[in-house]
Amino acid sequence: MNDIESVKAIKGGEFLIRETAADSVFIPEEWNEEQLMIAETCDNFLAQHVKPYLHRIDEQEEGLMSHLMDEAGALGLLGISVPEEYGGFGKDFKTSMLVTEKLGAGNSFSVAFSAHSGIGTLPILYYGNDAQKQKYIPKLASGEWKGAYCLTEPSSGSDANSGKARAKLSEDGKHYLITGQKMWITNAGFADVFTVFAKIDNDENLSAFIVEKDFEGLTLNSEEHKMGIKGSSTRQVFFNDCKVPVENLLSDRQNGFKIAVNILNIGRMKLGGGTVGASKEVIGLAVRYANEREQFGRAISKYGAIRYKLAQQAILTYASESAVYRASQNMEEATEMLVASGLNETQAKLKGTEQFAIEAAIIKVHSSETLDYVVDEGVQIYGGMGYSAEAPMDRAYRDSRINRIFEGTNEINRMLTVDMMLKRALKGELDLMGPAQKVAGELMSIPDFGSADEETLFSKEKKYIANFKKAILMVAGAAVQKLMTQLGKEQEVLMNLADMLIELYVSESLQLRVEKLVSMCGEDSCKEQLDIMRVYINDAAEKIAKAGKEALNYFAEGDEKRMMLMGLKRYTKTEDINSTQARRNIAAKLITEEKYCF
Amino acid sequence: MKILICISQVPDTSTKIVLKDNNTLVNSQGVTFVINPYDEWYALVRALELKESGIANEIHLVTVGKADTEPIIRKALALGGDQAVRIDADSNDPYLTAFYIAEYAKSIGYDLILCGKESIDYNNGIVGAMVAALLDIDYIGFAAGIQIENNVAVVKREIEGGEETDICNLPLVISCQKGVAEARIPNMRGIMAARTRPLNVIAPSVQSPVTAILSYELPPAKAGVKIIKPENMDELVNLLHTEAKVI
Repeated sequence: MNDIESVKAIKGGEFLIRETAADSVFIPEEWNEEQLMIAETCDNFLAQHVKPYLHRIDEQEEGLMSHLMDEAGALGLLGISVPEEYGGFGKDFKTSMLVTEKLGAGNSFSVAFSAHSGIGTLPILYYGNDAQKQKYIPKLASGEWKGAYCLTEPSSGSDANSGKARAKLSEDGKHYLITGQKMWITNAGFADVFTVFAKIDNDENLSAFIVEKDFEGLTLNSEEHKMGIKGSSTRQVFFNDCKVPVENLLSDRQNGFKIAVNILNIGRMKLGGGTVGASKEVIGLAVRYANEREQFGRAISKYGAIRYKLAQQAILTYASESAVYRASQNMEEATEMLVASGLNETQAKLKGTEQFAIEAAIIKVHSSETLDYVVDEGVQIYGGMGYSAEAPMDRAYRDSRINRIFEGTNEINRMLTVDMMLKRALKGELDLMGPAQKVAGELMSIPDFGSADEETLFSKEKKYIANFKKAILMVAGAAVQKLMTQLGKEQEVLMNLADMLIELYVSESLQLRVEKLVSMCGEDSCKEQLDIMRVYINDAAEKIAKAGKEALNYFAEGDEKRMMLMGLKRYTKTEDINSTQARRNIAAKLITEEKYCF
Repeated sequence: MKILICISQVPDTSTKIVLKDNNTLVNSQGVTFVINPYDEWYALVRALELKESGIANEIHLVTVGKADTEPIIRKALALGGDQAVRIDADSNDPYLTAFYIAEYAKSIGYDLILCGKESIDYNNGIVGAMVAALLDIDYIGFAAGIQIENNVAVVKREIEGGEETDICNLPLVISCQKGVAEARIPNMRGIMAARTRPLNVIAPSVQSPVTAILSYELPPAKAGVKIIKPENMDELVNLLHTEAKVI
């Protein structure tokens, strides 16, 4: 398990059983000049066109959001990863992630943007035939037409394939007539094109259709009143024998569920980028307020309680970001390899994404929960003003909350994380059994009381991470053995295992990022990043220990339980660090820079 | 019509200036550099407008700086400059900068040279005038509006209590401020095209600076505000006399 293989780790889920070399990961400190220029364009766009108008956007001023999308389209921001032959700019996944991250600081606008360029455009781009792509993609890439995606129904949310919407072929065979009701449809109020999921006749699986807003039989309900993202248009869409030309069936009949799932994989990863961008924005607001607000004669940023919060916000955000770009790079590499093996680019992109669906689910959960922490403490740092609708934290707090719900709830994503990992093991795609047995064997042997290996800058953290993997393999292996087919129904255990996997993946991504950064810039200029890494990994060890203990206490018993609990303690043991001083160092940098600066 | 835009690299306005080497240098570590806003938002964008309306046909960019200034040059190319020249020298002497630019401009011949009214780092505001003097052509400073017709420039300037309109034949150097144009954001097409637009590096002509910066000093930290109640007029007078020393 500890051998770094010369081939880059490109298989999804492999992080659990394989070590990754730091120089093989992509880190955001490596953006090239063109990518930085694109990022600056996004920042300037938000600063000039979005942030001054957030209040008007939230009031859903007639035509404003649609106009902003036009402006973003004119700058080319809606076609970043669309191939040039369809009017886009053909940029790689990481660059489109960077744009998503930057625009993620735009509150409701970012939701409209993500829905349009993700679920609104990608189903047609990835699954459309050439005629469909020629007809719709250039208009979506330029923003002339806006896109939306109709999957959820009043009675089918997480269980998407159970939708009641039905399609039947018209008597003349020229149209599908769709009947049904779709709910929580982002951008519905101004969208021109909807990707709609419905079952044809009594099919077992969904099919997907491209529906234009002017097709007969499509009507919209009024705007939903929501807790947050109030500026984002969210409506129900009704289909009453909606006439859709047969040539607008997207991909094959009954392929809709697969489309929905694959597009969601990309959406989850992108949600990671967007929430990282929002977190950075909120940290900037919080630190500036903390520097300005004085109490007892000093700026509140001088107080330890506030410094702790600022540091913790940055630690979680930096960690999440490390995972987002590590996985983005992996997806790109997987896609490139598939193209090299002869697959066409679209198919390769889908397969590459699917390959990293586990990581996408992990990122979705971690980044959305990070943002929720960041906005919660953001409100707290603002104190009374945090609770005032006059100050920006109120909006940030409310807007954040949806991220734990859409693109698959965090509970669904936690279950998927474990489920996909185990399924891949069963299929023989991931060898979890070998490493798990090795750990079981190790449990019976004399514990390792510290290695005689030479201590290097990252040796401790690398050892911790290797041990986290053992802890997970031990608990997951035992869970599979004890609960067998029942495991899928023991959701608390699945949540525990997912939490362990999430903390492992993020800890490792963070450690690899800092290691690579140090190799690029030297230890002296990475002091705060090293502090971030040490604090995060120490906390992660405790979280992994707690989740593992809960799981073991539920399904294990007797001597075996005692032995595994002892093993868990051993695998989650870390040396004590002065985390208070580390957080103070991190906060000091934020306070001096008055912005998120890592 | 060929227009030359002089651009300079400056620290982003939110930069916290840190000095080093016994206050003889500004520490550039961690500083984000941008195109001087007056050069970008007004001079360059007005030139783009002139090109879009068919009045100008080529926009060249020039900067005096080392290789680290190339990102801002490419950003200017992304906004729409056709080609750029970097004069490979490090100069914070306005005369030297103007001399290099004038020598280069002479070799090409421009109908119009636009620059910002000042750079937001050293704020000398004299490079444009010096370039004009060295080229022996006319100069209009602090323009707030520029129209060009039949080789004649009509330039609006804000003056105390009103507005002045200058009419001047080309060639001409104009320094630009707010009102000349509106800031633009580089679009994806421009950003991608920037890579393919020529950026030539030329060696500077031989010349010596006429000024040197001996040391820098940061402005004193802002003193707190004292609030004196209206009934304490004596205290106010006393403080104005003894502390503020204004009466």
